[in-house]
Amino acid sequence: MADTLASLRRYMVIPPIWLFLLACVAFFSVLTDDFLAPGNFTNILIQTSTIGIIALGMTVVMINGNIDLSVGAVVALAASLSVGLQDQLGTLPAVVVGLGSGVALGLLNGMIVWKTGVDAFIVTLGAMIGVRGLVFIYTGEQSFFAMDFAYSDFGMSTIAGLPTLAAIFLVFAAIMHWVMTATVHGRNAYAVGGNREAAEHAGVRVGRHMVINFMLVGFCAALAGVTLSTQMGASTPNLGRDYELWTITAVVLGGTKLAGGAGSILGTLGGVLTIGVLRNGMNLMQVPAFYVLVVMGVILIAVLFIDARVNRRGAGELRL
Amino acid sequence: MSRVAHHTAEELADLKHRAPLLRLDGVTKTFPGVKALDDVSFDVRHGEVHALLGENGAGKSTLMKVLAGVHRANSGTIHLNGEPVEVNSPLEAKARGIVLVHQELSLAPELSVAENIFLGSLPTKRFGLVSWKRLNAAATHILDRLGVKFESYDRVGDLSIANQQMVEIARALVFTPKVVVFDEPTASLTDAEKVVLFDVIAGLKKEGTGIVYISHRMDEIFTLSDRITVLRDGQTRGTLNTRDTDEDGVTRLMIGRSLDKSARKAAPEPGPVALEVKGLSCGDLFRDISFSLRRGEVVGMYGLVGAGRTEIAETIFGLRAKDGGEIRIDGAPVDISGPPDAIRHGVALAPESRKEQGLVLGMNCRDNMSLSQLDAVSRGGWLDRGAEQAIYDEYAGRLSLKAPSWRTPVRNLSGGNQQKVVLGKWLGVKPRVLIVDEPTRGIDVGSKSEIHALIRRLAAEGIAVLVISSEMPEVLAVSDRILALYHGRLAREFAAADVTEDALVQAISGL
Ligand SMILES: Nc1ncnc2c1ncn2[C@@H]1O[C@H](COP(=O)(O)OP(=O)(O)OP(=O)(O)O)[C@@H](O)[C@H]1O
Ligand SMILES: [Mg+2]
Repeated sequence: MADTLASLRRYMVIPPIWLFLLACVAFFSVLTDDFLAPGNFTNILIQTSTIGIIALGMTVVMINGNIDLSVGAVVALAASLSVGLQDQLGTLPAVVVGLGSGVALGLLNGMIVWKTGVDAFIVTLGAMIGVRGLVFIYTGEQSFFAMDFAYSDFGMSTIAGLPTLAAIFLVFAAIMHWVMTATVHGRNAYAVGGNREAAEHAGVRVGRHMVINFMLVGFCAALAGVTLSTQMGASTPNLGRDYELWTITAVVLGGTKLAGGAGSILGTLGGVLTIGVLRNGMNLMQVPAFYVLVVMGVILIAVLFIDARVNRRGAGELRL
Repeated sequence: MSRVAHHTAEELADLKHRAPLLRLDGVTKTFPGVKALDDVSFDVRHGEVHALLGENGAGKSTLMKVLAGVHRANSGTIHLNGEPVEVNSPLEAKARGIVLVHQELSLAPELSVAENIFLGSLPTKRFGLVSWKRLNAAATHILDRLGVKFESYDRVGDLSIANQQMVEIARALVFTPKVVVFDEPTASLTDAEKVVLFDVIAGLKKEGTGIVYISHRMDEIFTLSDRITVLRDGQTRGTLNTRDTDEDGVTRLMIGRSLDKSARKAAPEPGPVALEVKGLSCGDLFRDISFSLRRGEVVGMYGLVGAGRTEIAETIFGLRAKDGGEIRIDGAPVDISGPPDAIRHGVALAPESRKEQGLVLGMNCRDNMSLSQLDAVSRGGWLDRGAEQAIYDEYAGRLSLKAPSWRTPVRNLSGGNQQKVVLGKWLGVKPRVLIVDEPTRGIDVGSKSEIHALIRRLAAEGIAVLVISSEMPEVLAVSDRILALYHGRLAREFAAADVTEDALVQAISGL
């Protein structure tokens, strides 16, 4: 009995960002009239689903001790392909090609990081620049518009009252949470990120797991590109700019360590929602957009500072 | 670096009669879920070596970390030269002349030896630029005193663990310290380096420096120390004058019973050959190594650090590519190109350095133990927590692991208990061939004999065990046969029954 309770506690640990999120929700509920309005929360969910889906993959890659900066460019690539190819291939095959491009790029990133030993930061920085170039070449700097109305309808549709895009995000988050806590692959991601040498000694096939994770984040970015373009009914070559930064911000807010080995999907979910709530709330308070950026930057640093403080005290670790 | 002149004998005698150099009173320290120290008092006199003893997890390192400003105690006071002082950070401790040589290496692997030694106090010239000339000269001066075989400009990451330990010790000698704490300094040193360290300690003593010496090796404690304090479960069990007591007395204070030193039961007849190595070579690390391990047999591999023992193990385990020779398992030649292959063939290696190769420090105890056998505790890629827990419970019990719970990150365990997690991780694999590299480094005397017994028991269950160790008593205690290595070559092979210490020493020094 005590044991089930204990294990329950382990899987119910609430990442600290959720407390901050609650505080934000309370803050905006009091200060604005519209924040608690019925439609607003689904709004937030739709707004955050794009960054959110990428953040799920990014969390896994970062726990694994790597990073992927090319996600923003992949968003544009996948969106352009899945909209631009609809005429020739039909909608569904075009979407499959779009998603496939993300997975293929992830495979490439992963193989390069594994086989050459070049840091993931550098490899994916190169990919970020190069892929954006490819997008411009492919689109000829043009925006594409989806002629298939079913495509843009999908972005607006709902399942049982929940917007489809939000549902996709939440279901995906649940799956990824499960993967990270209950599978061998998830456990290995933590081990490799925590101490790669020890993982190798333990017989973990480090390279294989790394590549799979890059493919996963590639898929997530491509999926985000597709869902974003269904929302807009179009794709532009500049789609997804700065998304890598927002994604990493969300993941890090959620408690995942840049150095790897620690983090959780639950935390990332909190980080993603926090960004969404802050944006939405400040928007409702009519804070000018540029001030919103300043506030977000400050909050990122402040939250991580507090987190580091609290955790150090608690663990009785080195005081520096 | 200038050093104070030695005290005359009278001065020293006088100093000894004054208030103790250092006094800790009523120190209590709790970590979440653990009371690591409970009202501990401890003092060090001028020019004495005060040994601190206790089981793994007794609180020795914690007490010294409180002294060195790494941890803040919940309560308690520190007096230095009779004056109450506060030590709130390692920097402050250093400034007051309190130096801690850490149990776990804490060096920056990418920096040079000299930079590591002077980290935090690099000599500078104008504009704050580092004066490399003075830095290297000062470092060389200290290194000469330690008589080491590496240079001040070598990269620390390239040094062996033993040499890294020497760098750690060199750090303590930068300032003229008042109190130096050595936390298991010899755990990875060879005999020659030990002699140098003991000379250094004798020198410090002459200068009136107070020394705290933590070790699990009784012989060292009895040669070096003037007084012994025993900690048990975070409480002081007593302080004795070394000359008034003996090993047995101290052991009883430590673990509450005497050690069972009864002779080992004769091993049953070993079974068929499990591992056979023929003409194994790898660069100039080792050449032409041939030996075999039988089921049910424990073979010791003894030699100086640098003789190629670890490298041989790593090659068998697939971490290094061999450039000649053959490995056979159960008679069939195998091609092992990495740890996954090795594990598939039933070979396990518990590595030498727990922090780098053995453990994921931020991960909890249970997950660390099961990491080497995730295939066995999962079905179709899904983890079976019950199976993981069963492995943890079994080996935590067999090794008498002292951890607050399975959920504790191994980082928070005491050094010896971390080592037990590494062992558990590989014992749980139930391998056909088990290689353990320095299995009892940092493990207390009680647990040590338990681990030796466990190794014997595993052999009796039909596993072929290779024990690599630089401790002769250990090799003699567990092995049926002993392989002596010298400079990457197999110098001699002994049957445990007719080996003598002299013959062993000769064999590993190339005589
Ligand atoms: N940072 C920490 N966080 C939580 N618990 C800790 C921490 N450091 C030590 N402990 C706990 O405090 C107790 C005493 O540990 P300590 O390292 O002082 O033991 P020790 O006597 O040095 O043992 P060893 O001989 O194995 O080195 C142990 O139960 C350990 O788990
Ligand atoms: Mg210790």
